[in-house]
Parts: sequence; structure tokens; C-alpha cells
Amino acid sequence: MDEILKILEDDARISYKELTEITGLSEEEIEKKVKEYVDKGIIKRFKAVIDLEKVGEEKVYAIVDLKLNPVRGEGYDLTAKRISNFPQVKEVYLVSGAYDLSVLVEGDNIKDVAFFVSDKLATLDRVYHTTTHFILKKYKEYGETLFETEKNHRLAISL
Amino acid sequence: MISKRVSKISSSGIRKFFDLVLGAEDVISLGVGEPDFITPWEIRESAIYAIEKGYTSYTSNYGLLELRKAISKYIYDKHGVSYNYENEILVTSGVSEAYDLAIRTITDPGDEIIVVEPSYVAYKPCIILVDGVAVSLPTSIENNFVPTYEEIEKKITDKTKAIVLNYPNNPTGAILDKKQMEEIADVVVNHDLILISDEIYEDLTYNGKHISFSSLNGMKDRTILLNGFSKAYAMTGWRVGYIASNKEIIEGAVKIHQYTSICAPIMSQMAAIEAITNGNNTKQEMIDEYNRRRRIIVGRLKEMGLNLSETKGAFYVFPSLNGYLGSEEFSERLLKEKKVAVVPGNAFGDCGEGFIRISYATSRKNLIDAADRISEFLNSLKE
Repeated sequence: MDEILKILEDDARISYKELTEITGLSEEEIEKKVKEYVDKGIIKRFKAVIDLEKVGEEKVYAIVDLKLNPVRGEGYDLTAKRISNFPQVKEVYLVSGAYDLSVLVEGDNIKDVAFFVSDKLATLDRVYHTTTHFILKKYKEYGETLFETEKNHRLAISL
Repeated sequence: MISKRVSKISSSGIRKFFDLVLGAEDVISLGVGEPDFITPWEIRESAIYAIEKGYTSYTSNYGLLELRKAISKYIYDKHGVSYNYENEILVTSGVSEAYDLAIRTITDPGDEIIVVEPSYVAYKPCIILVDGVAVSLPTSIENNFVPTYEEIEKKITDKTKAIVLNYPNNPTGAILDKKQMEEIADVVVNHDLILISDEIYEDLTYNGKHISFSSLNGMKDRTILLNGFSKAYAMTGWRVGYIASNKEIIEGAVKIHQYTSICAPIMSQMAAIEAITNGNNTKQEMIDEYNRRRRIIVGRLKEMGLNLSETKGAFYVFPSLNGYLGSEEFSERLLKEKKVAVVPGNAFGDCGEGFIRISYATSRKNLIDAADRISEFLNSLKE
């Protein structure tokens, strides 16, 4: 992966000036590259990783595993796309193993999520089984640990 | 009460400055000679596992067989040099011990060992401790802190036993190209010397691939190769290094090692196995990050008009102060006035006077903030 993408993946707010210093490319070249990545959809969005618990905005999340009957010629795509379109659904994966789709659902409270699953997901034509796992605590999200990170204990000076 | 030998060693001349730094608060330190990364989790986890499984004993004096095998394979894959893991590799408590063993193994009283300066601070004292003679070979910024064939040859007498080299270099960040290495190897061969090559920063080479001295024609038997896990895998506190050399030297070194340290800690050796076998990806991520920081600090220092040699290895830059103050006064005032810690260049030998060592093993943010402060400080000197 290109150096610029690697850096932006870790820190999307980094200034073009710093990127210039890091890569040795000019600011114009970097601007051009980033624009190209955005235009091509390689960079889909610049997002912030928020610890919602700290904001006091407590959402409820559940991983919902679904079993479904595939459609001839379409496989699981049709249903997976339908499910993906719900704003409550944050992630959708086709997975191997006991289930077919694994879906991350967000809601304001347990009832909200439960209702969404029973009313919207379980009732889909092709879905014949659901298992809902409510998330009790998040430890790591998007590659970021959400608990207190460790510190380096080195001395301030050494040879 | 103490021996004459020990009194001959000066405890590092900049002790006072160190105390100043350690006593100061809110300082951005560019004075640290070790990674700011914490050892990657999978390496730490393997040590925890080892402890849980009861690995708490001594190991063979040579080190765990599995680790020696892994080291042997690693050197072969990387440099095409094959060291027999049974008797040509010795696991030590860091390169510090490895270096001390190397010196003690080959030095008789009065033997001269050439030390290329500016150099890591332990090289000379260990020679003095065995009544050897440490011969300084100063290098200059004009030659990128690399000695020439002629410069080395001038220091050679009939008592010269060995030469100590450390590339990629602490404190200068210099690396060697193949031509320079071959020149040095020629001197070593022509004068029948031993080369002690401390290659602890081997992986931190940002231009091209590091070449090991032992891979050059005729050099394997003459080279005492020192390396370890501290820098590339961020494992300084684990104390694991190694010596690779011919059987005679390794057997000599083991004799000392078995009586003085027995073995490196077993759980650290277990962690080192994980590092050398599976640690490549996390290592590369750290190296890439050092390289980014290197570009930042080199760019900033050049903007300030400081004179720099080519800095392509380790995680240090060694700028010349261009006559603004001496190393120590500059460092002290920078610390007091701008709260940035660097190491005075004269800590690494007389020819380091007029320079400072900057370590970029710190976050990009720290580096940028510190560079701003150094720039302000330089401007205040010009006024």
C-alpha cells in the first residue's frame, strides 16, 4: 500500500505539510494524490473513531448472525444488500461456518435492537434463522484499543 | 579501594548533564538511545506463556538451541553466511555483554584495539578493563563519519589486534556502502586483524539493504559479528543479543560467559525466538515509522541551516552546531531555555565536540515540537 494511504489510515487529520515532510513529496503532489484516492473511491471517507461511552452517548450494539437460503443466480447478494441499506446496520459480512451473514446492528436501547431484528431482519424472505448477541463491552474497535493504553517507561536520556 | 584499571575509566563525562535531564520536568527528550515503542504484544505474550509453562531455569551456556537455530537461519537468509548453531553462535545478555566478551576473548595486555569515533560509549572502557589499549580513530562529517583505508592504516602498529566498527552507527546514523566495506575489509585482511562489527542497528537501514561484514570475501573467520534484539524489535529491557563468529572465538567467549553470566534469561530467549521467527511484520512497521520521522527531523535541521552528514541508519542524527556554542553548553542551554534534551556530541569521543546527537525514536508530534523549539533557540543565539 502507498505510504500516504498507510499514514492516512492511521491519522486522517494529518496536515499536508507534515505529509510533505514525511514523504519528501511536494504539497501539490500530495494534494493531487489524495484527491485521486478520493475520486477513485480508494479513500471512502475520513472518519473519527469516537469512544461513545466517554461521550455519555450510550448506544446498544448487537452482532446478529443470520442463516439464509441463497437465491439462484444471486447467491446471498440480494438479501445482504437489502440488509446493508438499513441505517441501523453498521457492518455486514458474508461468513463461512455455521452462519451465512454476520451483521452489526446499532440501536438506542435493547428493545430497539430486538424489535429491529425480529421485525426487519428475521422477517426477510430468505432469512430462516437469527441469533442475536448483544455487545456488553467494547475493548477494541477499528484497530484501536478502547481501554487505557500502556506507557513506555524508558528514562529521559540514555546512550 | 578500587583497582587502577577501574579508576582509569572515566564515568561518562556528561553524567552531570544526565542528572540535569533526569531532574527536569516537561522536557521533550531527543536524548534516548532506545525505541519509544513497547515490545510488540505477540513477543511479550510468548514470554508470559513461557513463564506460565515453567520456563524459569538456566539454559545452555550457548543459549537455547532453538534460538541459536533461528539466529543461524536468520543470518543465512539475510546475508548468505552460514554459522553453525552448535558452536558458532552464542546468545548473550544484550550486545553489551557480547561486546565485552569479544574484547576479553581476543585481547592480551598491551594489545591495541582501534575504535572508530564518534562511538558508542562502552567500546573504550571495556578495552581498558582488560589492560588493552584503546586507539581512537576520529572520523569527520566530511567523510560521513566513515574512516578511509588510509586513516585506518595510519593507526595500525604491530600491536594492533582488532578494529571495532558500528554501522549503522550510534551516534551518527551513518551507514556503509559496499565499496567502503570492501576497503575496510582489505585493511583487516592485509594486516591480519580481527573485525568486531556491532550491527545492532542492522535493520534500521533506510537506504538499500544492510550488508554484513561477515558476508564479504574472506571475512567470516575474521569477523566477530555482534547483534541482538533490542533495537529492531524494541526489546531493550529483555537483554538478548548474540555473537556469531568462528568456533575458536565462540568457544573462548563461552568460557567467560559461563562463569560471569551463565546465560541470558530464559523467558527473554523464548521471546526472542518469537521475535526472530514471526516478528517481521511488526518490525517493519516500526522501521517505516522511524524512516518517516527521519525525513521530518533531517528536513527540519537542514531548514535551520545546520550541517548534517548523510543519515541513513539507526535512529540518530548528528548535526554540527556550526560553531554556535560547544556541545555541552548548547545542550545545557537548550534544556534550560527550551526544555529539549539532546546528547552532547563529545560524549561519544573528542571528535564529537561541536555536535549533538538527536534521537528520533520519539513520536512525530514530539519531534516537530522539539524542532520548533530548537529553531527558536538557534534564532535566539543569532540575535
